[in-house]
Amino acid sequence: MSLSFYVHIPYCIKRCGYCDFNTYTPAELQDGATLEIVSNDYIDAVLIELQRAPSDVVPTIFFGGGTPSLLPADDLGRVIAAIKARNGLTTDCEISLEANPDSITAEKLSRYLEVGFNRISFGMQSAKPHVLATLDRTHNPANVKKAVTMARAAGFPSISVDLIYGTPGESLTDWQETLEAALSLDIDHISAYALIVETGTKLAAQIKRGDLIMPNDDLMADMYLLIDQLCETKGMEWYELSNWAKPGHACRHNVGYWHSKNWWGLGPGAHSHLNAKRFWNVKHPTTYKQKVFAGESIIAESEQLTPAQLKDEAIMLGIRMREGLQLELLAPYQMEVLATYRENGYLELAQDRVLLTPAGRLIADRIVREITF
Amino acid sequence: MPAIPLAKAPQPAATKPAQIRNFCIIAHIDHGKSTLADRMLGITEVVDARNMRAQYLDRMDIERERGITIKSQAVRLPWRSSLDGQEYILNMIDTPGHVDFTYEVSRSLAACEGAVLLVDCAQGIEAQTLANLYLAMENNLTIIPVLNKIDLPNAQPDKFAAELARLIGCQPEDCFRVSGKTGEGVAELLDQIVAQIPAPVGDANAPARALIFDSVYDSYRGVVTYVRVVDGHLSPREQIQMFSTGVRHEALEVGVISPEPVAGKGLGVGEVGYLITGVKDVRQSRVGDTITTYNNPTKKALAGYKDPKPMVFSGLFPLDGADFPILRDALDKLQLNDAALVYEPESSAALGFGFRCGFLGLLHMEIVRERLEREHKLNLISTAPNVVYNVVMDDGKQVRVTNPSEFPDGKVAAVFEPIVKSTILAPSEYIGTIMELCQDRRGTLLGMDYISEDRVEIRYDLPLAEIVFDFFDQLKSRTKGYGSLDYEEKGDAEGNLVKVDILLQGEAVDAFSAIVHRDKAYSYGIMMTGKLRVLIPRQQFEVPIQAAIGSRIIARESIRAIRKDVLAKCYGGDISRKRKLLEKQKEGKKRMKMVGRVEVPQEAFVAALATDADIEKVKAARKASQ
Repeated sequence: MSLSFYVHIPYCIKRCGYCDFNTYTPAELQDGATLEIVSNDYIDAVLIELQRAPSDVVPTIFFGGGTPSLLPADDLGRVIAAIKARNGLTTDCEISLEANPDSITAEKLSRYLEVGFNRISFGMQSAKPHVLATLDRTHNPANVKKAVTMARAAGFPSISVDLIYGTPGESLTDWQETLEAALSLDIDHISAYALIVETGTKLAAQIKRGDLIMPNDDLMADMYLLIDQLCETKGMEWYELSNWAKPGHACRHNVGYWHSKNWWGLGPGAHSHLNAKRFWNVKHPTTYKQKVFAGESIIAESEQLTPAQLKDEAIMLGIRMREGLQLELLAPYQMEVLATYRENGYLELAQDRVLLTPAGRLIADRIVREITF
Repeated sequence: MPAIPLAKAPQPAATKPAQIRNFCIIAHIDHGKSTLADRMLGITEVVDARNMRAQYLDRMDIERERGITIKSQAVRLPWRSSLDGQEYILNMIDTPGHVDFTYEVSRSLAACEGAVLLVDCAQGIEAQTLANLYLAMENNLTIIPVLNKIDLPNAQPDKFAAELARLIGCQPEDCFRVSGKTGEGVAELLDQIVAQIPAPVGDANAPARALIFDSVYDSYRGVVTYVRVVDGHLSPREQIQMFSTGVRHEALEVGVISPEPVAGKGLGVGEVGYLITGVKDVRQSRVGDTITTYNNPTKKALAGYKDPKPMVFSGLFPLDGADFPILRDALDKLQLNDAALVYEPESSAALGFGFRCGFLGLLHMEIVRERLEREHKLNLISTAPNVVYNVVMDDGKQVRVTNPSEFPDGKVAAVFEPIVKSTILAPSEYIGTIMELCQDRRGTLLGMDYISEDRVEIRYDLPLAEIVFDFFDQLKSRTKGYGSLDYEEKGDAEGNLVKVDILLQGEAVDAFSAIVHRDKAYSYGIMMTGKLRVLIPRQQFEVPIQAAIGSRIIARESIRAIRKDVLAKCYGGDISRKRKLLEKQKEGKKRMKMVGRVEVPQEAFVAALATDADIEKVKAARKASQ
């Protein structure tokens, strides 16, 4: 068995209005503190937690956040080196970094490569300033192009951008312009997410007050179909509902999630999956650090999946993939439900698999709900 | 003191008719009947101050909260008149105060020789009071007009004295003025009851005849039957017989209420009290029936007995299908105490298993539902109430329709619907808007009279179906709450009625069918299809919603196919979260009903059919389960 690692970097310079991720600004953690102060011993804590993980060989490592690119490459490199020394890496080990286009320099990029990173993903979100403003993002859209060019020049073999669609005030034309801007870049991969309004965020409050109005589902659906169409014409095929890649550039770390492989999440709030068990760490970085240094358990909660839940998860995740669902996962009554969806053009049958059509991908959760749980 | 200690007062079974006065109080809700009754209990000292509580005689929570009497009461009050110094027994028979219970009111009135007409002198007489007043006058009762709440700052006793005088044909100065709240005038009123209301007349030696004017189920004692003895005598341990059914029972206990039950030696001519036979079901002891003795039965029943006839039908369905057995048991139990309640199991493709229930009217329906929910912790959905239609087919066959889904498909020659004679009382400034409402509801104007300078009585014949459909709410809102309504049955009349079906994807949905006037079919169709278009979520295919009369489509909407139902992100930590979300949504799916291939949320049924209160309840239940 192999074991992937997710490394959570719970820091951002500023919290974006739509974000409910487990991330903190230095000021939130400690009044008047700098990033150096709050993150100082964070890597030490992560390395201690690492000792609690199994020692299987590692096919992928993913640094997410937060903003991992806020930390010096050497700090992140310590984690990679420790994993390599302890577990060993496969020869083609994929090591990804989530990066903010604003906090990147050519020098930093070279250092990331040197410590072992071979894949980088920039948070682009949109090419339209008014959309970025609504999202509360600070970066200048022009910086994305610079960052991608620098990353390629530095030698990153696989480059991705993240996009968000369905922001209040974003038209289909806005989205098309964003896509054209993204696809003009020298990238290998795109992730695109429909904006989700999470409770407790600034965005949720703005919508509740009526300051912003969420686009309707029809527009969201059109936006999805547009990205799917444009990516395919550029040679980027969808391999999961929200992910498109040139051949050989699918994110193997994420594919591991959808194939229910084993992974270990390092850091506060990080989730792990070992065989049929899912567990996750305490959420707050300070609590996390205290517990780790005190030698205490940092697991907040865990769940042992039943065989039925495992099967449902396999369906829930598998149906999102281009290769589709294996028919052998499905019982006759589930096939019966799927038959009407097939009649209505939401899915196709290919040999031993059920595949979603583009319209089907848009209602994947509904289909899953009808046949599982 | 005019009060007489109970022990020294004339005793049951040994009170001469000449000493007895049987009276009731006719009043509208909140005109102060219960307060006046409390005051009478206090002044006659049958309840001492220490044990007094407000609305002493109202037994059920619902009665107290709503301030209405659902069941009648009979209390024996000893009283020494200050006019002649003699001892009397006053039997105060309380009457239910709502249009649905006209028959029960009429039986209570039949047990009395006189009535106190109690009117709030800040509000004036209301339609139901007027109707009951007419009923009392038809029964030849002596009416004592009484203006209550004279202590209120906005009281207008002179104005309403004139109004009452005109109605009953007396002089304004004959109207008695009291304050139930302060007690002013109440002792004098008791003296007037003695002086004005005739003593009961009956033949003590004739075969026993007693009128049942109420019948209440008590979980410890079984059915308690309230009676007024007309002739002869009822004694404990005696075999008695119900005239209508011929069924024989033993009178295990005979007593009076004063105001708690006191078992005694029996009841003689003119007396009012209760008897217990051990039966468990009020339907065996029906209001209006005559009780006689088995050994010496009367040949002639007291006049006026009627079987209770449900006028309004509605489906009651448990929100949670698993509660069906609880609902069944609850209805069985409730029926023990409510001879007018009828029900039979009903299954709706849309709402699952429930009961088709028949009620005397809307209030009766509301009370039953509230008791089911409160006393049995049920969460119910009730379908839009409808009346009973009589459908005559071309071949002469007749079909009684209590549920639109039973409306026959074949060639219909005629449809008959119940008509009621309604009386509306309101300030005259609202005449226009009331007439507009009644015309819109297919009313026929019968007449209009000013009952005082600025108040009118408007009489209309109206189809009961129109009243059942939010008429009362409309009347109240159009008259700023001042309008009041009463109605009585007036038989059936032919109506130009059609059944409108609502079709989802070509399939009729039973719960949405309605019988409406042909002129209103189109607007009903538009309204319902429009409502459903909003209420039914988008499906995996386009869903046409149609309204149809027979095979003719009269309105059409469509719900476009769903386009998006997916969460874009699904990484490590999202997986558990997403699984849990899907599990929860799956719970929500259980509240979906499949209509053909269309999923319809229960909320849609409720919102399309039921009251605002229902809608709120479903929302609350949904919230609680999230």
